[in-house]
Amino acid sequence: MRLGLVIDMDTCVGCHACAVACKQWNTSGTTGPLTDYRPYGEDPSGVWFNRIRHYEVGDYPNNKTVNIPMSCMHCEHADCVNVCPTGASYKRPEDGIVLVDQDKCMGCNYCAWACPYGARELDREDGVMKKCTLCVDRIYDEQLPPEERQPACVITCPAHARFFGDFDDDASEVSRLIRERGGVKQMPELGYKPVNTYLPPRITRSIPTDDVRANTLITSVKDWVNKMVAR
Amino acid sequence: MHPAFSVILFTVISGAGYGLFLLLVAFHLAGIGPVMSHGELIAHGVAALGMITVGLMLSTGHLANKKNAWRSFMRFKTSWLSREAVFAVLFYPFAAIYGLGVLVQGHEVGPLAAVAGAIAAVLAVVTLFSTGMIYGCLKTIRQWNTALTPANYILLGVATGAVAFAAIASVFGNATAMHAGVAIVLLLIAGVLKGIYYFWISRVTGPTINTATTFNRATVRLLDTGHTAGTFLTDEFGYDAGKNTTDTLKMGVFLLAFGTPILVFAAILSGVPAVVAWLGLVAALVGVIMERWLFFAEARHVVRLYHGDQHT
Repeated sequence: MRLGLVIDMDTCVGCHACAVACKQWNTSGTTGPLTDYRPYGEDPSGVWFNRIRHYEVGDYPNNKTVNIPMSCMHCEHADCVNVCPTGASYKRPEDGIVLVDQDKCMGCNYCAWACPYGARELDREDGVMKKCTLCVDRIYDEQLPPEERQPACVITCPAHARFFGDFDDDASEVSRLIRERGGVKQMPELGYKPVNTYLPPRITRSIPTDDVRANTLITSVKDWVNKMVAR
Repeated sequence: MHPAFSVILFTVISGAGYGLFLLLVAFHLAGIGPVMSHGELIAHGVAALGMITVGLMLSTGHLANKKNAWRSFMRFKTSWLSREAVFAVLFYPFAAIYGLGVLVQGHEVGPLAAVAGAIAAVLAVVTLFSTGMIYGCLKTIRQWNTALTPANYILLGVATGAVAFAAIASVFGNATAMHAGVAIVLLLIAGVLKGIYYFWISRVTGPTINTATTFNRATVRLLDTGHTAGTFLTDEFGYDAGKNTTDTLKMGVFLLAFGTPILVFAAILSGVPAVVAWLGLVAALVGVIMERWLFFAEARHVVRLYHGDQHT
């Protein structure tokens, strides 16, 4: 079994709900808390297992905003595990989930250096490395109804842009999506073989821009007035 | 990369210590150079072991959870950090047997102490190699992922060790042309290698913002990182020294770490009193600290691509 996520860059709206749901679930989970530093201060920071970044792809007028949520890719060649000197970092043979044993970690940051995807963050309060667990304390919980045995980020996504499943099973939804939509991996040239896969934005018709009004003296004056009034 | 001073001082000081130990064993057991007095042998040994030990203690300074530091010996099979820790500790019993032999028997040590000294010298080089490989094995940082990284660690350690060796020998009035010559040759090789390294890393290779975001056929620009304040990732990997600073420091490295000590030893060869080797030692250590700071400050981790860098 090779568990992981498929993330649809076409439908992701960049709302950060997955990151918030992740924080809410995992802060009281097996590797919690996800400590916050200065939560009510001027520059609040803290530990997150999932971060969403926003990019502009292409040049105007053929450009597009793409939101890319990133968490642990649970790589097949997980260098973070190989470089760990203490044995705190490990990859489970049965499902491929990469985890950190909080009791063994000495907080040397070496695994974070080895990770190309920024998946690992040191908790400065606890002095240990923390990372996405793929909600290992949720997906196997038989107390939960079967449809809820999924990572918190997947369940919460309002755009239905996140999918969880077994990448070794050709009939699974994740495998089907990768086949049909041409799933892609980040930085494959580094050879980490990340499991998490991204679905590229669908090709859509371009939005015509030839009806955009041309600048005249009147519109220029109006724009200027609007700018001044807004200030 | 954020330059952590505990790691910079550790690698510089214990690197020079391992180099000094290697030079001591080579001169003593292989009979290079003049016969050393009992006091001089002990002075070299105490200085080498002192530098190594102080460095190793400093190295724990950057750990966030020091109580688990002993666990770093556990993953010898896969981790270069673990290998460095194991070799660094394995060095001590062999160095102790050799040191005891010198202490008791003086210059004419028995075969047991001689063999132990030779093994300790090999372990010193292996430890330096492991330190270099900690950085050299990381595919995420192209400035480190080169064979030049472990080569630099070994040569800079041995070269600064050679400078220290000559400086200590000068106290005992025993610094010869051999001491100065060995130091000059090692400094020259280390300096040339460092020059090749700086040339090498100035050529951009490896992942770009395109391969990082999967959009290989379009320009990609960062709109927003998704957080208002700094994160662990920006603190650890976001460090940017600026080209002016790094260029100035590089000149300082060549001036202090290599140029000044080479000139000092050239002066000694032409008849200036050998105690000026101490001036060379101070310059070399300051220069190598600058070199080590640059080694971290110029390393650009691929996670920076997700924060807007077009390439590393």
